[in-house]
Amino acid sequence: MPAGDLDPVAVIANGLSLTFGSGPEVTPALEGIDLTILRGEFVSLIGPSGCGKTTLLRAIADLERPTGGTLVVNGLTPELARRQRAYGYVFQAPALYPWRNVERNVMLPLEIMGLSRAERRERAQRNLQLVGLSDVARRFPWQLSGGMQQRVSIARALSFEPSLLLMDEPFGALDEITRDGLNLHLHELWRTTGMTTVFVTHSIPEAVYLSTRIVVMSPRPGRIVEVIDCDLGAERPLEIRDTPEFTAIGSRVRHALHAGTPHA
Amino acid sequence: MREALRRTLPVIVVVAALLAVWYAAALVVDAPQGALAEKRPLLPTPQQVAGALLAGILQPPTSPRSLIYHAGVTAASAAAGFALAFVLGIGLAIAIVNVRLLDRSLMPWIIASQTVPALAVAPMVVVVLGNIGLTGLVPKALIAAWLSFFPIVTSMVAGLRSPERIQLDLLRTYSAGGWDVFAQLRWPASMSFLFPGMKVAATLAVVGAIVAELPTGAQAGLGARLLAASYYGQTLQLWAALVMASLLAVVVVGVVDGARGVLVRVRGGRL
Repeated sequence: MPAGDLDPVAVIANGLSLTFGSGPEVTPALEGIDLTILRGEFVSLIGPSGCGKTTLLRAIADLERPTGGTLVVNGLTPELARRQRAYGYVFQAPALYPWRNVERNVMLPLEIMGLSRAERRERAQRNLQLVGLSDVARRFPWQLSGGMQQRVSIARALSFEPSLLLMDEPFGALDEITRDGLNLHLHELWRTTGMTTVFVTHSIPEAVYLSTRIVVMSPRPGRIVEVIDCDLGAERPLEIRDTPEFTAIGSRVRHALHAGTPHA
Repeated sequence: MREALRRTLPVIVVVAALLAVWYAAALVVDAPQGALAEKRPLLPTPQQVAGALLAGILQPPTSPRSLIYHAGVTAASAAAGFALAFVLGIGLAIAIVNVRLLDRSLMPWIIASQTVPALAVAPMVVVVLGNIGLTGLVPKALIAAWLSFFPIVTSMVAGLRSPERIQLDLLRTYSAGGWDVFAQLRWPASMSFLFPGMKVAATLAVVGAIVAELPTGAQAGLGARLLAASYYGQTLQLWAALVMASLLAVVVVGVVDGARGVLVRVRGGRL
């Protein structure tokens, strides 16, 4: 996608709204979303349940249709961007196919995109190495822990080298220690690849640790309350979470969350 | 060793109890005739049935008294019927899952087809097909398929519909086409539903083949053997043919389980 590579903007939302259902059953999920995501950014969407953070991510991925406003992904409509395979998507659950071993799960998008056998194998190995799972390539998903399964799904999302990585609470179901390890890993991955990432979470420390910018959202209908810069530099060991800078950003996010949900 | 005993002991106990009840019943039923050694006991004892079964099996396979020969004839119609049911059942399931209209228009007929007793339909099928020159294997296979395709359709429809939203969304993010959704997701996901359905279908194909042999005046097959034996009051032959039919069903189910085992191995230990 030559045009997309030159364009410094990855995603633009302008007055974006999205409602589910119709008639009296209508539920507004997103309202008046204005957001610009630049290439190379790591942007977290944070907010309580029902704030539309997942819906916004799914709209970017063309898994939901906005009902108002405009949304541009890589200079294209979300549908065209999806057709060009502009993004890799990591779901809340690993969504691995149990009948495929780890390597063949990573190769799934490559098969669909018609890459040669040698190319598929090479890319699967490279991306499994990237997430530190080369040694389990022949195992099956049910033989891996939840954290390893989610790393496989990240390798799968990276395998076709999309320009955008969309992650929907990928570590939400994992325990704290596994989650710390994966956060460290994901940060390294982002630093080495420089891949534009949109990351949905409801964990404040996770958002502060990973992001360059944090988008705080509020529920009913989903709106953006505040966008907070998170300038902790490129080097982020886990201990950075004990620094005053980290705590300060965390408390700004917390205040914005509380301001956005007065009844919570 | 102890583990093996723990697993086999309940089976042995149940079989022993059944044999004991059977034996006692045979003694009571046949007592008026005083006829444990009789050729036509009302209720033969287990060892009489076993003897008749063994005698039938040990006949040269070309003999009309050979149970292997008759089982082979029945197995051929059952296998042909099952193959037909497999193709038809999976084809229908794919059509039903892909075309919403067919789901509503076809499914009631498929269910209705199973409420018609095969025993009533079998003679009609045989006569009608006989009039257009189709005799022998074809009508029997059709009746076997009639019974057999239903569990394949229903299990396959459920299997093809089993993928979760997230697995479908995943393929959408790859902008995968309809063929990929079928070949990479729906089809492989349906296998764990298909095999239990196929097991039922395989035994029904045997039942269907036997039922089809009853009204056709067939000279060969376990159904013909059952009919002839009951007509002439040959209870030993009757029981031997019955046991042979259930052995055939065991073999057929074993074949399906074997195919399942191959797939499980390919999939690293789980279906």
